[in-house]
Amino acid sequence: MSRVRIPPQLRSEVGGAREVPAHGGTVRELLDDLMDRFPSLRPQLVEDDDIAPFVNVYLEGEDVRTLDGLDTSVDHGSTVILLPAMAGGL
Amino acid sequence: MPNYRELLQQIKSEIDEVDVTQARDLLASGGRPLVVDVRELDEWTEGRIPGAIHIPRGSLESRIEQAVPDRAQPILLYCAAGNRSAFAAKSLEELGYESVSSLAGGYTDWKRSGLPTELPRTLDAAKRQRYSRHVLIPEVGEEGQLKLLDSRVLLLGAGGLGSPSALYLAAAGVGRIGIVDDDRVDASNLQRQVLHSTGRLGEWKAESAKRTIEELNPDVEVVPYIERLTSENVERILADGWDVIVDGADNFPTRYLINDAAVWHDIPLVHGSIYRFEGQATVFKPGDGPCYRCLFPQPPPPELAPSCAEGGVLGVLPGIVGSLQASEALKLCLGIGEPLVGRLLLFDALETEFSEVTLRRDPSCPVCGDSPTITEYVDYVEFCSGRPAHA
Repeated sequence: MSRVRIPPQLRSEVGGAREVPAHGGTVRELLDDLMDRFPSLRPQLVEDDDIAPFVNVYLEGEDVRTLDGLDTSVDHGSTVILLPAMAGGL
Repeated sequence: MPNYRELLQQIKSEIDEVDVTQARDLLASGGRPLVVDVRELDEWTEGRIPGAIHIPRGSLESRIEQAVPDRAQPILLYCAAGNRSAFAAKSLEELGYESVSSLAGGYTDWKRSGLPTELPRTLDAAKRQRYSRHVLIPEVGEEGQLKLLDSRVLLLGAGGLGSPSALYLAAAGVGRIGIVDDDRVDASNLQRQVLHSTGRLGEWKAESAKRTIEELNPDVEVVPYIERLTSENVERILADGWDVIVDGADNFPTRYLINDAAVWHDIPLVHGSIYRFEGQATVFKPGDGPCYRCLFPQPPPPELAPSCAEGGVLGVLPGIVGSLQASEALKLCLGIGEPLVGRLLLFDALETEFSEVTLRRDPSCPVCGDSPTITEYVDYVEFCSGRPAHA
């Protein structure tokens, strides 16, 4: 099991939780597990079977796009951060 | 026990002395020594050898390692007549500096020989007092403060993030601050936008910011732009010449526009954003790390962008993130420290937790990548349709 940090913009999709557990040996499995349980997350995270261009997924602080993308293997107990673009400054 | 004259003669016999002709030749040579003026401040302000740095004799030993960490760096010391610098040379040799010489005859002989001199720029008494806490920091000092006074920083937005940035940059003596904002002060702004006040309700934020800044520090010239940044005006605004841009915009179109402009104009961009209890900051430095589009190649579709009405922000949060942006901007102006390049700092006020993720330049980035596909400004549609966005 890994811990997925949910950004404030997406918390309403997961019942307000700041962090949710998810299972999977790869980023793809882990996100699938998450999106199966919280289906409204899917359009926020995935586009054309890849990570959407307006969101970043970090595994232990590294952008998974710079690793093996959705196929990046995830060790048990890892921390994953979901980071959608955020514009607010006002 | 030797008297002063005897001691001076003894010291001079133990160090390397050069006359003005030799010094001139040394300075014209490839292995140019660092010239250190060891006179007092009042002597230094009346003229110096061009390119010299100033470390008064009294603090030479304590400050030289910071100024010259490399013991192999050749150093040429001078004072008024060559006596203080002789003692100084002896001291530096004892500290392990390998190639130290003292200018015989000192600045007096140098000037008398008709060799070039320059009047150093210095802070006047009022500025020295105002910025004394900066001048005291070795990494800033008088030179650094003069650099800040010469610096030009453009702020996008005089709102939540822009408020603390503007205040601290102005207090620090950044000489020219541009403020792009097309909004007026509203009562709902005052919970966090500390540039403005109740008496300013209804005023243009850029004008209100100008008044606040000028009251805080008359050394600062404020250039207000009461307009929204667009593809039509971005070139004109950047043509006014800015060393650093601080992005405190509240909307995606402005953030993409300024990112692309900063890449094309090679200007470092200090990014910050906030939402409820959480904020982010990073520095996009063209040629030295990723840009915003490496991070997010394109904005989210309007239906997925959080609406402004759902937003909300803890009033102090922009104070923290905007101050981090100001700190990064000052470091960039001064050329010191490690800016937040390639690192995105995440702050969670509820948990009081800072974390960092690594950002890398994307070789396929549409703007700063190896084969850019975006070469003209893009005006994205504003997402937050419930109210106009401002920057």
